[in-house]
Amino acid sequence: MLDKISRFFLPPAKSTFAPSVDNLFSFITLVSIIMLIGITVAMIYFIIKYRKRSDNDVTSLVDHNNALEVTWSIIPLGLILIVFSWGFRDYIRMFTPPPDAYEINVTAQQWLWKFTYANGKSSVGKLYVPQNRPVRLVMKSKDVIHSFFVPDFRIKHDVLPDRYTDVWFQAPDTGRSQIFCTQYCGTGHSNMLGTVIVQTNNQFEKWLKQGAGGKPSGMSLADYGKQLYGSQGCKACHSTDGSKIVGPTWKGIYGSKVALSDGKTVTVNENYIRESILNPGAQIVKGFPNVMPTFQGQLNNDQIDAIIAYIKSLK
Amino acid sequence: MSDAVAESRHDSHVYHHFVDAHQQFDASKMGMWIFLGTEILFFGGLFAAYIIFRSWYPQAFIDGSNALDKLVGGADTLDLILSSLTMALAIHSIQTNKQKLTIIYLGITFVLGAFFIGSHIMEWLDNFSHGMYPGSAYAFKGISDSHAYVFFSLYYLMTGLHGIHVLVGMGLMVWLMVKTKRGRFSSEYFTPVEITGLYWHLVDIFWIFLLPLFYLVA
Amino acid sequence: METAAAANRKTVTMKVRRYVMPEHSELNYLNQEKGIKSWLLTRDHKRIGLMYFFTGAIVFFVAGLIALTIRLELWTPAKTIIDAHTYNELFTLHGTLMIFFFLVPAVPGILGNFFIPLQIGAKDVAFPRLNLLSYYLYLTGIIFTVVTILTHGVDTGWTFYAPYSIKSTTAVIPMTTGIFITGFSSILTGLNFIVTIHKLRAPGLTWGKFPLFVWGIYATSIIQILATPVLAITLALLIMERLLHVGIFNPALGGDPVLYEHFFWFYSHPAVYIMIVPGFGIIADLIATFSHKRLFGYWFVAISTLAIAFLGFLVWGHHMFVAGQSMIASIVFSLLTFMIGIPTGIKIFNWLATMYKGSVRLKVPMLYALSFIFLFSIGGFTGVMLGALSVDVQLHATYYVVAHFHYVMFGGMVIALLGGIHFWWPKMFGKMYSETMARISWFLIFVGFNVTFFPQFILGAKGMPRRYYNYLPQFQPLHQLSTVGSWILALGFFIMLGYLLHSLIKGKKAPANPWDARTLEWMTSSPPPTENFSYTPVVIHGPYEYQRPISEFQLGLLSNGEHGGDELEVEAPSGGNSPEMANV
Repeated sequence: MLDKISRFFLPPAKSTFAPSVDNLFSFITLVSIIMLIGITVAMIYFIIKYRKRSDNDVTSLVDHNNALEVTWSIIPLGLILIVFSWGFRDYIRMFTPPPDAYEINVTAQQWLWKFTYANGKSSVGKLYVPQNRPVRLVMKSKDVIHSFFVPDFRIKHDVLPDRYTDVWFQAPDTGRSQIFCTQYCGTGHSNMLGTVIVQTNNQFEKWLKQGAGGKPSGMSLADYGKQLYGSQGCKACHSTDGSKIVGPTWKGIYGSKVALSDGKTVTVNENYIRESILNPGAQIVKGFPNVMPTFQGQLNNDQIDAIIAYIKSLK
Repeated sequence: MSDAVAESRHDSHVYHHFVDAHQQFDASKMGMWIFLGTEILFFGGLFAAYIIFRSWYPQAFIDGSNALDKLVGGADTLDLILSSLTMALAIHSIQTNKQKLTIIYLGITFVLGAFFIGSHIMEWLDNFSHGMYPGSAYAFKGISDSHAYVFFSLYYLMTGLHGIHVLVGMGLMVWLMVKTKRGRFSSEYFTPVEITGLYWHLVDIFWIFLLPLFYLVA
Repeated sequence: METAAAANRKTVTMKVRRYVMPEHSELNYLNQEKGIKSWLLTRDHKRIGLMYFFTGAIVFFVAGLIALTIRLELWTPAKTIIDAHTYNELFTLHGTLMIFFFLVPAVPGILGNFFIPLQIGAKDVAFPRLNLLSYYLYLTGIIFTVVTILTHGVDTGWTFYAPYSIKSTTAVIPMTTGIFITGFSSILTGLNFIVTIHKLRAPGLTWGKFPLFVWGIYATSIIQILATPVLAITLALLIMERLLHVGIFNPALGGDPVLYEHFFWFYSHPAVYIMIVPGFGIIADLIATFSHKRLFGYWFVAISTLAIAFLGFLVWGHHMFVAGQSMIASIVFSLLTFMIGIPTGIKIFNWLATMYKGSVRLKVPMLYALSFIFLFSIGGFTGVMLGALSVDVQLHATYYVVAHFHYVMFGGMVIALLGGIHFWWPKMFGKMYSETMARISWFLIFVGFNVTFFPQFILGAKGMPRRYYNYLPQFQPLHQLSTVGSWILALGFFIMLGYLLHSLIKGKKAPANPWDARTLEWMTSSPPPTENFSYTPVVIHGPYEYQRPISEFQLGLLSNGEHGGDELEVEAPSGGNSPEMANV
């Protein structure tokens, strides 16, 4: 029964403490449904059985019953204490990471997630983790409060700008799970997504050793740029179809003349694009806010070339 | 119903929805006490912020406090305590139907309040000349602790808010003096004087807390 | 006759006779004074109540239209009709308007103002001019907000979390100033009601004889005066942070954004009790009246109201289980949050027991009261769910929370308000409304509400975060279902607007007591005269003594110069609040 309820409401249980959380959710739901049915049935029964029959109906003068009051206080109290202790026990477990957990750093910024590993490797938007090992995420924000949420794992915690916070999980199965930002953080809040990729230990070690995401051989430069457009977070703020998100659309922008916020005009060529990636505040297009983060240290020269190629292809 | 009640009902100062002067006085006093309760909660938020920041940056608070002039703080305190005394005397005067004396005491209370405000303005200007501005404008070099601006931000916020309350009180003094002059108050009816007194005493008490928190941190 | 001379209770002997007010009065509070100035400068609590009604209805209508727009945008995952920034401004405005400018002021402002003096047999509230000032402060706050919308908009969410609210280039300061000003309206109204209830009660009206609506407004007023000043200082500090960069909440300056959350929720949690507790009072009165039976467990219901008001101050941290507060804090807050479930459950069970062996009339106000029990129970159970620490980690900041608070705020408070309006409409306006149209409207609202918000529990449990402009395609079917629900809801409200306007223009004249109730407001004409009663009421029975004839609720003190009448022994209100008593 509890299982059925979990499956109806909740996503698949993909971490080791998810089943217990789900059982508590389902228990509370079940008890609530039973009590709701009881209340509703009583209500409907009373309004039918005790409906008004005449203007001179004499109604009962009984207006209190202390035994009843005690009963319907004690039973809910008991249920509440069960629910409280269950939740409390699981909560402690969920926020006490095992001492040998594998640590990954998480940096949140408007509007992307960046994951940095012990060996210096970083990844934007994609959190690669090894299967069936405890993983601890040490999180900090670069700007406003965000919140890291993976529904499948039942984990969530706010990510703050002035101190570190953490979550941990252990994912027994390989697969992919969704990451959401769940503390409202401005215009791009609902685009601040990511993916957890649980791999076997071998696959994970291999990935970790790889260089900073080189271009897969056989792929054109523009296609590689398109891949980076998604994986590096450009997508959160720049459209490719002409619509305005946060920053200027990339459609047709290469070669065009744009007005800058300081009154000058500039032609969008390779140099301007490269400068916008590494030093975005230098020449802002008029009418757009100065909120783009720098990708210095995040994108290498090859990757910048690829992005430029992709932009060129968007007529 | 007795004649006494009937008569008090028709006193001009009793509003129509009250049964008599006693009920009106009772209600007004209760209302003022509740209002004072809300003022305590209002300032309470700031006191809470003070406690938290002082526990985080104790040195900044010690150094900041030393940079303030204790003598001025002390003088301000004596000034306000004296003004509470004159306020109480004003209430006593009107209770004994001495309108002229009431106006005099109210006037002295006003003047003492004005001294307080004047002293504050001078102190703030002096602080500004040393670069002790609130918030991001803070530029005082005399304190090495990097969080000194937090102390000064709280100082300006709390003494500023308190000062606004003193100004409101001074306005009330003027209003009371005008009304007393016009014969509105007597030993029969002096409720506004009494409840303004309650307000003024609370403003005084707040200052007595602010003094050690800002001027006397050891 | 209940003898009031039992045990320790003080009693006084008074001379009373029966007074029968006319069913309708051609001259009443609506027309006794004419002209726009007589309304704008009124001190009559009834007129002030109507002004709150008019203003509040407009706010609800505007905020409701915004909700329809939001739901329409959510028909498809990406852009449907507006862009992301506009969407963020709209949900901020919806929340701000609904919470600060509708839910908090509405019941005290409309029904509290109109009916507290009537229910306690007084001529007005303790401080009528302060009451008018409260209204104008409310209006001023709204005007600030309107100006904000027209010039710039705000996109921080109604919670204004730092540091985003410090950095956002939108009009945060004007909007928070508007809320600050309206907060004083709330404080002064609460102050007014507390003094009124303590000091202006009619002879014989002891604490055990109040209708539950009075207990509800009393408990609410206590919360208003204690919690609202903390909101005021929080907003003032936020404004100072933006203007002067004082460094209290801004982490870049050594401040703490989590401190902002503590300050904010210290008010905003009690605020939700400001919103719902008057509703509890209304529902108790509706159930007793339409079951024609004494409220079961009167003192349990009254004391549980105060208990909820008190406990409401101790649970603010349950909004912050994953915000970065200590584990111990979270555990304590969770336990206290669960405790509030007990007095709440006590109420629901006592209301049901009231209906047992009663004589139930399914008039429209009763339909709303029964809907309240069902919908608020769902809201309450899901609140228990959110109070459980481990589960809250999953559900916090998802649509589950959005569904929960709409079930308690809308399914609870708004439904209670609608029930109260339909109950007291004949008294306020002297007109009846179409029972049939009202039933249709109720049904559409009940169905529409559930279709709109129940799917959101599922959306949230599955992981859909709140305040999301874009969403993943797998959530679309539930979003579309919710949007269709919003259209059904809107239809229900438009029909309501229709029959209520029709009632004002062409409605049947209402009698003084269409529901055969026993509380004092039903003993005067519909609509009441400006001075409420032409006599000083004397109360000898509780508010739900339906077995007593109405004549025993129409007793008043002999006025000056009258002779005759009967001598009556009356229970003295505690503290001897009625000076008449002292002089008899």
